[in-house]
Amino acid sequence: MINFNYVKPSTQKAVTDTLGKDATAQIIAGGTNLVDLMKRGVTAPEKLVDITGLPLKNIEQQKGFVRIGTLALNSEVAESELILKKFPLLAKALNAGASPQLRNMATVGGNMMQRTRCSYFYDTAMPCNKRKAGTGCGALKGYNRMHAIFGTTENCIAVHPSDMCIALVALDAIVVISGKAERRIPFADFHRLAGTNPDKDNTLQRGEMITAIEIPDNDALAKNTVYLKVRDRASYAFALISVAAALDVKDGNIAAVRLAMGGVAHKPWRLTAAENFLKGKVPSTENFKQAAAIAMKDAKGFGHNNFKLKLAPNTIIQALTTVSTQA
Amino acid sequence: MAHHKEEINSEKETLQHTRRKFFKISTALTAVALIPSKILKAAEDNVDEKVAERFEKQTLTLEVNGVQQTLSVEPRVTLLDLLREQLKLTGSKKGCDHGQCGACTVHVNGQRVLSCLSLAVMQNGKKIATIEGLAKGDDLHPMQAAFIKYDGFQCGYCTPGQIMSAVACVREGHADNEDEIRQYMSGNICRCGAYPNIVKAITEAKQKGEV
Ligand SMILES: Cc1cc2nc3c(=O)[nH]c(=O)nc-3n(C[C@H](O)[C@H](O)[C@H](O)COP(=O)(O)OP(=O)(O)OC[C@H]3O[C@@H](n4cnc5c(N)ncnc54)[C@H](O)[C@@H]3O)c2cc1C
Ligand code: FES
Ligand code: FES
Repeated sequence: MINFNYVKPSTQKAVTDTLGKDATAQIIAGGTNLVDLMKRGVTAPEKLVDITGLPLKNIEQQKGFVRIGTLALNSEVAESELILKKFPLLAKALNAGASPQLRNMATVGGNMMQRTRCSYFYDTAMPCNKRKAGTGCGALKGYNRMHAIFGTTENCIAVHPSDMCIALVALDAIVVISGKAERRIPFADFHRLAGTNPDKDNTLQRGEMITAIEIPDNDALAKNTVYLKVRDRASYAFALISVAAALDVKDGNIAAVRLAMGGVAHKPWRLTAAENFLKGKVPSTENFKQAAAIAMKDAKGFGHNNFKLKLAPNTIIQALTTVSTQA
Repeated sequence: MAHHKEEINSEKETLQHTRRKFFKISTALTAVALIPSKILKAAEDNVDEKVAERFEKQTLTLEVNGVQQTLSVEPRVTLLDLLREQLKLTGSKKGCDHGQCGACTVHVNGQRVLSCLSLAVMQNGKKIATIEGLAKGDDLHPMQAAFIKYDGFQCGYCTPGQIMSAVACVREGHADNEDEIRQYMSGNICRCGAYPNIVKAITEAKQKGEV
């Protein structure tokens, strides 16, 4: 790992000022993604701005929403009584990710900002538009078993690897961002599709940082939930496909449903059309199959990942079946 | 009030930045002459920030296995390398160095973490526990004793990490049954596949209630 400057500011403003002034500065929180990437030479910030001294760790009920500070650890969120009671889907997604040791280090903001696990991104000898703009996409015609099936371009077919983010997009979370001013954006608008500049994973601007996540109260989404993660081994592996589902059934019909999928796109993939189809219908296998078919419209495989075109709808159907039998 | 303080901090940041650059191109004497002493003092006080110049070592205070240590490290040194290279505590193993195996597991302020992905400078003021600190003199920790009793290893390379993780797993309350143990020990890979015996060892250590 090449050497770097290290600063530990004690105010948010000092952090965002440093980031704004110095393009080679980067935040470090848990370090579980950044230190790994720095050791491999994938990223080489000249200055690390340690934000762990900031008071941004609280998980608290506010009027109409729960606020989670960016420095709350993945393990703290997953074990929080408040989260387990109000947003069990989030706890399930977190517990499906990484390992206990990593969850004890990883933070909310770091999890959202983690880079793709695409092997061409990691291998500095390979072309990758995300790592070095203009070099091409090695995965497009290469080994692309882990790669995206939605929203791809010839510039990049990488997927966002987070489990936590799949639950957060399903729960309509809000991202609180601080920079010159504070702004709040819907979770679905935080990450972006690769488009022509895959080097940008999200819409955070230079000089900005994530300070918190806010999840709106919604008791209907706490009743029946599942985070179904399909992976190569039973634990400690990234998702091939994952589905976050929440379902509320009233008088035999679906009153509320949320669906989001991981392992399929450059951003957490919310299945809005499938949700709209299901609303008001009976929770039946036939309807789940149709919803899955709707969700898969526009999906496209790249060879080694063609299996996802079957695995994804099956995982959606399985997740819906599981939540409906809880109901 | 808080706002005011923030402003001062960012001002200090700017000052430190320019001052550092300035020193590089001029002599200390002219610098002192040019910068009002009050401002220079503010920059020097440096109470809110720790700045480590590139390649410059930083002082760090840690408690390792109950012993207070004052050390000097470059920002890029990981906690694992600090333990192994500087403190000669080679019990914590470097398996993958990338967070994938758990061989480097230690406790920081009582929580299990991976020392290979932890920067040493970020551990300032914290309490670190490694496998070397587990036994009390010649008395093995109950988890160590259980691993020996149940043959919870073959080559032994993953074992320090397994044991540190296992102790935390029980203390966290994640060792109630075999499934839970397997799930919450999944961050520790054993190349020799000693898993069944590791699970037996943890089960017994948990049941005896001395962990
Ligand atoms: C072996 C292994 C297996 C893993 N398995 C999984 C898995 O199955 N599922 C999963 O979801 N994840 C998995 N992970 C990834 C893990 O979840 C992330 O590494 C972790 O969440 C990153 O959080 P951090 O706090 O450590 O981030 P850091 O490494 O500190 O930072 C990551 C990035 O976030 C930026 N950042 C951090 N905080 C902020 C902020 N507040 N504002 C703006 N930018 C910020 C940093 O600048 C950096 O670019 C795995 C990781 C490893 C090493
Ligand atoms: S050496 Fe740290 S996880 Fe493998
Ligand atoms: S005992 Fe050999 S790796 Fe576990």
